[in-house]
Amino acid sequence: MRALKALPALMRVGFVESLAYRAEMIVWVFATTMPLVMMVLWTAVAEAVPVVGGGGKAWGSTAFIAYFLCVFTVRQLISAWACWEMNYEVRQGTLAMRLLRPIHPILTYAVGNLAALPLRAGVTLPVVVLLLLTQAREHLTRDWRVWALFPFALFGGWLITFFANVAIGSLSLFMESSVKLMEVWLAAFFVFSGYLFPLDLFPDWLSAIARWLPFRYQIGLPVELMTGVHTLESALPLLLQQWAWAGALVVLALSVWSFGLRRFQAYGG
Amino acid sequence: MRRYLTLLGLQLRTSGLLAAQYRWDFLVDGVVSLFFMATAIVPLFVVYGDGSRAGIPGWSFGEALVVTGWFILLQGVLDGAVNPGLQAVIEHIRKGTLDFVLLKPADAQFLVSTSKFHVWRVTSVVAGLVVFAVAFDRIGHGPRLVDVAASGVLLVSATLLLYSLWILIVSAAFFVVKVDNLTYLFSSIFDAARWPSSVFPKVVRWVFTFVLPLTLMTTFPAEAMLGRLAPQALLGALVGTAVFAAVARVVWLRAIGHYTSAGG
Repeated sequence: MRALKALPALMRVGFVESLAYRAEMIVWVFATTMPLVMMVLWTAVAEAVPVVGGGGKAWGSTAFIAYFLCVFTVRQLISAWACWEMNYEVRQGTLAMRLLRPIHPILTYAVGNLAALPLRAGVTLPVVVLLLLTQAREHLTRDWRVWALFPFALFGGWLITFFANVAIGSLSLFMESSVKLMEVWLAAFFVFSGYLFPLDLFPDWLSAIARWLPFRYQIGLPVELMTGVHTLESALPLLLQQWAWAGALVVLALSVWSFGLRRFQAYGG
Repeated sequence: MRRYLTLLGLQLRTSGLLAAQYRWDFLVDGVVSLFFMATAIVPLFVVYGDGSRAGIPGWSFGEALVVTGWFILLQGVLDGAVNPGLQAVIEHIRKGTLDFVLLKPADAQFLVSTSKFHVWRVTSVVAGLVVFAVAFDRIGHGPRLVDVAASGVLLVSATLLLYSLWILIVSAAFFVVKVDNLTYLFSSIFDAARWPSSVFPKVVRWVFTFVLPLTLMTTFPAEAMLGRLAPQALLGALVGTAVFAAVARVVWLRAIGHYTSAGG
């Protein structure tokens, strides 16, 4: 309850912090421009002949433009970087400061990450959304019920990203650094989330695997909702699966964290 | 010169000993390399749809695979030889312990850049070579000896370019201290080098050739290996690399003048 009361203040602090470190944030944004590279690549590939996907859907150039602009948008909004923060704080011993606060540390990470999103979205999204609306409007869904589901899919995607970060970040309490592991996770994320290509371009057996992995629910699902791949009926079970993954990761992250914390001994302090 | 070669030998031996001590890292790095190789190749398979799609204009599947091979190889060079040493500098700067390096009677840039090698990342080089083998199997004939030699020269120049870029980034650390995200930024932009540069629009290609020379690192060596790189381009790449390295050296010397120890 007390934590809830502190939330608005924490949010404000987080937002002001993101303003203070705005140069750093720009760097992070530039690091997420891969979808734009892929957009250029795929439009070049689809220029002569449309690319045919698994479901028989033909992807023309504008379909790819719409898809990757949506990917870029979603990527900005589901960002979390708690793993790097945790690694740094564990190594430097400054995690102790966080533990002293009367609020669950993971909540402070969550608020810190979330509070930076408005600025990040404010910098990147206006141009992208404008491009989407002018260049590729016909590829967006017109079903308002699907749009109503979209915020839930987006938040579910963020939850998966954040708690995967926390779970892997907590491993830094057991080993020297878990950043390498995060890179492995990211490499899998790039391939299986729909970040580099729409998942229906996978051969069937790979898209079957992708359906069972968490990555697709980080990027793929919200983007598919935006681009009108799903109706309300086909979207709901997927949303359920997404939230199941989010729930599983919450449990995993919290247990790795609480086991690891027993081993944590801050320096000097 | 002799002295520096001996020093390099010594530094390599320490890294080798360290690697021998952490033998499990061999397994871990091997698995990680395999995994990275797979994730680098999968997108290419998707783009070509195993022959059913048109793919990247002007590049057959095998040819594009050569570019990917170079990407994997250079990622190994970056992670194994360039990254560890320079990561250590950033740490030195933050802690103020760079003094101990500067006090030593040898060139500081040389000392920091050779201080640490991640020997087991050799596995990425092997992975790159395997990809080349598969690529040329797809193409149907092996590369000519001359072309292999030319691409070997370009490998040296690509390594030097990567290293110079990193020196530039590290030099920034003297001014802004927190550069771990700059290194992250660089590795994510380096990701674009896995594609043949001809897919990019003219402006981007120009930037990737003359400002941030990714093209020179993967597309050029691949074209050389395929025997379709013009001799002028090869020469231009070498001159460009020399200029780039010289600039990096000057910037490093300027930056180190800015270093104010943290007092420790």
